[in-house]
Amino acid sequence: MSDGIIRLKFDILPNDMSAAGEASSGVKKVLNQLGVEPQKIKKAAIAMYEAEINAVIHGGGGIAEVVIDKEYIEVKIRDEGPGIADIELAMQEGYSTASDEIREMGFGAGMGLPNMKRYSDKLVIESEVGKGTTVTIVVNL
Amino acid sequence: MKVSEVVNLLEAEVLTGEESLDMEVSAACGSDLMSDVMAYVKENVLLLTGLVSPQVVRTAEMMDIKVIAFVRGKNLPQSIIDLAKEKGIAVLRTKHPMFISCGKLYSAGMTGRGVWD
Ligand SMILES: Nc1ncnc2c1ncn2[C@@H]1O[C@H](COP(=O)(O)OP(=O)(O)O)[C@@H](O)[C@H]1O
Ligand SMILES: [Mg+2]
Repeated sequence: MSDGIIRLKFDILPNDMSAAGEASSGVKKVLNQLGVEPQKIKKAAIAMYEAEINAVIHGGGGIAEVVIDKEYIEVKIRDEGPGIADIELAMQEGYSTASDEIREMGFGAGMGLPNMKRYSDKLVIESEVGKGTTVTIVVNL
Repeated sequence: MKVSEVVNLLEAEVLTGEESLDMEVSAACGSDLMSDVMAYVKENVLLLTGLVSPQVVRTAEMMDIKVIAFVRGKNLPQSIIDLAKEKGIAVLRTKHPMFISCGKLYSAGMTGRGVWD
C-alpha cells in the first residue's frame, strides 16, 4: 500500500437502482489497485454497498465520503432523507419498511444494516427523524 | 465442477464470459434475495437467481462471484449483460426453473459447501 491517505467522494443518486453500487464498485477498484487483502476488500465492499443501497432506497440519495489509510478504510454515507426513528429496531434482521417495488429488486429483506454490522469492524449510525442519516463504516485493513 | 459442465447440465446459453468455461466452481447458491447472498456466502460460488436486476451483477461483483445463472429463461436486458461483461462475470441462462436447476447441479455433485456453513 502507498503511504498517503486517499480521500474519495461520490454522489449517490436517488431512486436510480441501475447506478446503485457504482460508488462501492469504485472503492473496490481502488482497494484492489492498492493490493489490499481480498477478504478485507470484500468486507468493505459489501458493507458499503448495503449502505449505498439504503441511501438510494430509503434516504433519497446522498453522498459517500471514503478515507483509505494504511490501517483502515472509513466509509461515511450521508443522506437527508426521513431518518430512522428506532435504530435498534432497524438493526434487527428482517425488519424493513421497504416497498414491494424495492423487494422485487432483491432488496428490502431487512438484512442491510445487519450485514453492515457483520462485515464492518466498527459501525456508527447517526440519524434524526426528518433530517437524515449518516452511516459510518470502518474496516481495519 | 467446471463452468462448462454447469452449462451442459443446465442446458444453458452463455450470454457473456465464454472465457470462464474452464473455470472451477466448487459450490452454488440459489437466491432471489441479494442481501441473503451477502449475508451468508463465503466462498466464490455459482449464483443461481430468478431475479433480473443490475443489482444481481453488483452483488456478484462485491462478493467476487464470477458466474451467474439466470433461471427460468428470463429475458435479460442487454444492459445487465454488458455490466457483467465489464466486471468479468460470466452470465448463463437456463430455461429450467430454480428448483430443477439446483437439483440437476446437486445430483451431479455440486454442493453448498462454503455457502451456508
Ligand atoms: N438511510 C436510511 N434512511 C432512512 N431509513 C433507513 C435508512 N437505512 C435504513 N433505514 C430503515 O431501516 C430499515 C432496515 O434497513 P436494512 O436493514 O438495510 O433493511 P432494508 O433496506 O432491506 O429495509 C429500513 O427498512 C428503513 O426503515
Ligand atoms: Mg437495506
